[in-house]
Amino acid sequence: MTLVRRIGTVLLAPALALLIAVVISAVVMALLGVDPLQVLKVMVDLGDTPSQQITAVVAILNRSLPLFLAGLAVAIGFRMGLFNIGVEGQYRMATIMAATIGAAVTLPGPLHVLLIIVVAMAVGAIWAGIVAVLKVTRGVSEVISSIMLNTIALGLASYLLTGPFRGSPDGASIVSTAEIGESGRLGGLNGVFDLLGLANPPRQLYGFLPIAVLAGIVVWVLLQRTRFGFDLRATGLSPSAASASGVDARRMVVKAMLLSGAIAGLVGLPDLLGRTYEYNSDFTSGLGFLGIAVALLGRNNPGGIALAAVLYAFLDRASVPLQAASLPSSVVTIIQGTIVLAVVVANEIARRVSRRAAERSSRQSGGPVPEGFVTATAHSPAIASEGTS
Amino acid sequence: MSTAVTTGTAAPQRPPLVRRLLGARGVQRLWLAAAVLFVLLSLVRVVSGQDALTSSSVMTAALLLTSPLLFVALGGLFAERAGVVNIGLEGMMILGTWGAGYAGYQWGWAAAIVGGLVMGALGGLLHAVATVTFGVDHTISGVAINILAAGVVRFLSESLYTGRDDGAGITQSPSLSSKPPSFSLPVLSDGPDLLGKLEGHHWFLVSDLAGIVRGFTTDVGILTIVAVLLVPAVYLLLWRTAFGLRLRSCGENPAAADSLGVPVYRMKYIAVVLSGALAGLGGVVLVFVANIYREGQTNGRGYIGLAALIFGNWRPGGLTGGALLFGFADGLQLRSRSAVVALLLLVAVILVVVAIVQFVRRRVLQGALAAVFAVLSLVGYLTIDELPTGIVSFTPHLVTLLVLSLASQRLRPPKADGLVYRRGEH
Repeated sequence: MTLVRRIGTVLLAPALALLIAVVISAVVMALLGVDPLQVLKVMVDLGDTPSQQITAVVAILNRSLPLFLAGLAVAIGFRMGLFNIGVEGQYRMATIMAATIGAAVTLPGPLHVLLIIVVAMAVGAIWAGIVAVLKVTRGVSEVISSIMLNTIALGLASYLLTGPFRGSPDGASIVSTAEIGESGRLGGLNGVFDLLGLANPPRQLYGFLPIAVLAGIVVWVLLQRTRFGFDLRATGLSPSAASASGVDARRMVVKAMLLSGAIAGLVGLPDLLGRTYEYNSDFTSGLGFLGIAVALLGRNNPGGIALAAVLYAFLDRASVPLQAASLPSSVVTIIQGTIVLAVVVANEIARRVSRRAAERSSRQSGGPVPEGFVTATAHSPAIASEGTS
Repeated sequence: MSTAVTTGTAAPQRPPLVRRLLGARGVQRLWLAAAVLFVLLSLVRVVSGQDALTSSSVMTAALLLTSPLLFVALGGLFAERAGVVNIGLEGMMILGTWGAGYAGYQWGWAAAIVGGLVMGALGGLLHAVATVTFGVDHTISGVAINILAAGVVRFLSESLYTGRDDGAGITQSPSLSSKPPSFSLPVLSDGPDLLGKLEGHHWFLVSDLAGIVRGFTTDVGILTIVAVLLVPAVYLLLWRTAFGLRLRSCGENPAAADSLGVPVYRMKYIAVVLSGALAGLGGVVLVFVANIYREGQTNGRGYIGLAALIFGNWRPGGLTGGALLFGFADGLQLRSRSAVVALLLLVAVILVVVAIVQFVRRRVLQGALAAVFAVLSLVGYLTIDELPTGIVSFTPHLVTLLVLSLASQRLRPPKADGLVYRRGEH
């Protein structure tokens, strides 16, 4: 298969899904008397002057970072057939702990940031580890336990914020932790725009961008180029085959959840280190659930997840201008939700079409369908589907 | 484990009357467990002096909070017994609350019920189309429906409720135009209120029983009665009719069911749409409680209902126990924060029993773990006066997690639960 054709088939399903989602959302809007074309116009309008446009691009990139990390965390679980629905709780706990410890110490620049990152990853991993331990020792479904742990994390975070970790004075309108010192902050990357000769926007591009990219590369190498990654993907595609070839399934569950939780711990850091410097009651929420959608749209592959994250960030950015134009901003959520459904349906249809094509070609060549091939495609869960690599 | 059925079924050998009244052995054990729990609760109340533990006001709140969970869990039962995992219950419940608010403010409470049912059923239909027709992974479809439902209700409210002067807005509907009826048991809980007087004495066991009975028979909403009646009705439908057998066969072995002429796809569709309608009805209860639709009203109850279903081993009797447990914890944290601390004492006592049982069975590690946690809860009970709100808010979730981690290994889900069934591929 040529490269063009390969890329074409990989992109076909998500592109089709996007189209279906937009059409369905447009129909819903039209039914309720909202002009879909006007909504679309506001969504793609990034601004009139170059400065406004760059600002919009920065906003999209900044928003896409946490979405990318959340998608990455979910994808690690998906690759081995685990559903980490608990990213929401994992990053909440990680962010509040990292913010508090980061504010309590003063270290030389890079070390301070490193400490905050390490704390966040450790807390995320521990919170996810509870799910893994309950699953392998007590057989509790990871879906249910992580849903419960999400609520527990929210309650615990709100208790810690108003109680022991409170850094804001009494009577402040927003309760927050203490601010992280200058050495623990990541500066913006706006120098890039000067280098490229573009207008320098008032909003700072998060300094976490290279770290997120690095995380994506590390995860890709880990999953695709190491023994651990092979075992993990093998367990996802066929647990029985993997355990027959000597993979300890229980240990893999724990390892995968710890890794997923560690990445989930990073989700809150772009905002924490680049903008707020504190955890407060207004901290960005809902990233964990959006991460599931992003992982699905990106087909569990770091490159695809990055594209999906940018797309979701683009949709998210539109909600403010939509409100300004007195259009229902919830259209964004509807499109995002419809995309998820459309993408899984499209994946499923694509899988069926390719299966039928394989059957047909094998029938034409006269030979029987290899038994293993058909059963593997028929039974492998859609969520463990392989990406391009 | 099966639910008590006292109505005559044409069994070839009829067991003696007493046994028939008490039900099968599993049910007897359930009754025994409930009795032991009641005595323990009463004991803890006397020792801790927290009268709220078994007071009628807490019990009324508990029953009120149990009924939405019952609807959701019964909804989940239909879907999962037909082999479709339904994480989307939360989203269907959200749709139900919106439908109830929209229909209720215009045409009163009866319309609200219809509105909730219809909106929930639509959510179920979407799940059925995705999972049954398109063969999408059940959990993913459910999560998508949850995201979608939140967006849809926000969008509907934004389109229909903005720019009005009757209190409606993006996050809430106008108030319902009529209140649903509620009932109290005459003489005992109403009027002379004999049970109320008995409860006021705070006698060991007697007053506790009076408090519980009074709580369960005071101002009971019409939907709560429906929820309680639905439990045996669903049991009879799923375990005593041909329809139920066919539906359950789709969740155990769809290929075999198909070969025997059961319309598997159609059964799954029916089950999932019913599931959504019941979840929507759960949402209606919440709207009735507040007399208004508010965004975020469900507050994760769809997930809790699902947990109750799993906790109850995918059986009507069991899920009722799970829903009651959760409703009680929720009602308690709502009515009295200090009484929640007394729960720690109850947990300590139960864990001591668990530890002893584990030691007797020579499982030293489990026994030691239980003992350590028992000591911890006891210390917690003795040192903490009142838990902060942030922590109290997740008591029910923590209880669910604890119970699941203690009981999960004995559970048996329907065999083909969550598996995508394609005709001719198996």
